[in-house]
Amino acid sequence: MRKKVHKWFFAWDFEKEEKWLNEMAAKGWAMVSFHFWLCTYEFEKTEPQKYLYRLEFLEHAPCHPESESYLEFLEETGIEQVGSYMRWVYLRKERALGEFEIFSDYANKIKHLNRLNAMFIPISLLNIGVGIQNVSLGWGMCSVVSPFNFFTGCINLLLGVLLILGMLKILGKTRKLKKEQSIYE
Amino acid sequence: MNFGNGALTEAVYYILLSLITPMHGYGIMQNAEELSHGRVKLAAGTLYGAINTMLEKEWITALPGEKNSRKKEYVITDSGREVLHGELARLEELVENGKRILGGN
Repeated sequence: MRKKVHKWFFAWDFEKEEKWLNEMAAKGWAMVSFHFWLCTYEFEKTEPQKYLYRLEFLEHAPCHPESESYLEFLEETGIEQVGSYMRWVYLRKERALGEFEIFSDYANKIKHLNRLNAMFIPISLLNIGVGIQNVSLGWGMCSVVSPFNFFTGCINLLLGVLLILGMLKILGKTRKLKKEQSIYE
Repeated sequence: MNFGNGALTEAVYYILLSLITPMHGYGIMQNAEELSHGRVKLAAGTLYGAINTMLEKEWITALPGEKNSRKKEYVITDSGREVLHGELARLEELVENGKRILGGN
């Protein structure tokens, strides 16, 4: 039996997404694919607690040769890719094989978060730049002269600010990890 | 970065120690966990990164694979052994000092 669920998460909340997928798997709904269209997750009925899920933001697209050899290596250790979106991959492992973490060291965990943040920087700056330009084009002499530009600009600015807030959230996580790293291996 | 006498990470230490006998990735994970009585659980992503770095440094080398197996096996090289001996001496120093000052045993 299969079912589809529409749900969306902010990219910086990928741990929440993992948690949700793991809760679904615990109830016996194992994710088998993800489609960007309407953020559709497809689940298959399995016995409860069969799989553990993790998300990883890869260095390259999943079809890049380096990603392919990495994913092949993961497969050898019992980790299977069940879906992808851009550079994100959805990974799962049978619970019977033991705990499932992708990284067991601080350096790699930090690198992973930095990779994600690096993607947000250009998008947020672009939105803020375009936003400022549109708002100033639309707002002339104390009145809205071009509503279209003005409102598009506002949306750009809001998006830019949202992305920056997301980046700050990731930075906070990175900082915590770095603190631990300065004491523990 | 290499400060010349830097400490190895626990992951690298156990990978090198495991590869005294040829092993593939999953074997290394199991071996490290067994040697440390379940304490060291190497995650696959961390292991992959460490293996690639050590291949570059030529501390380990990949064995020519068997025809029907995609799984790659790795083994320690002479320079890898040297690194391991250096690390063992460093660890002994740590333990000796600890015991002497804390009055251990």
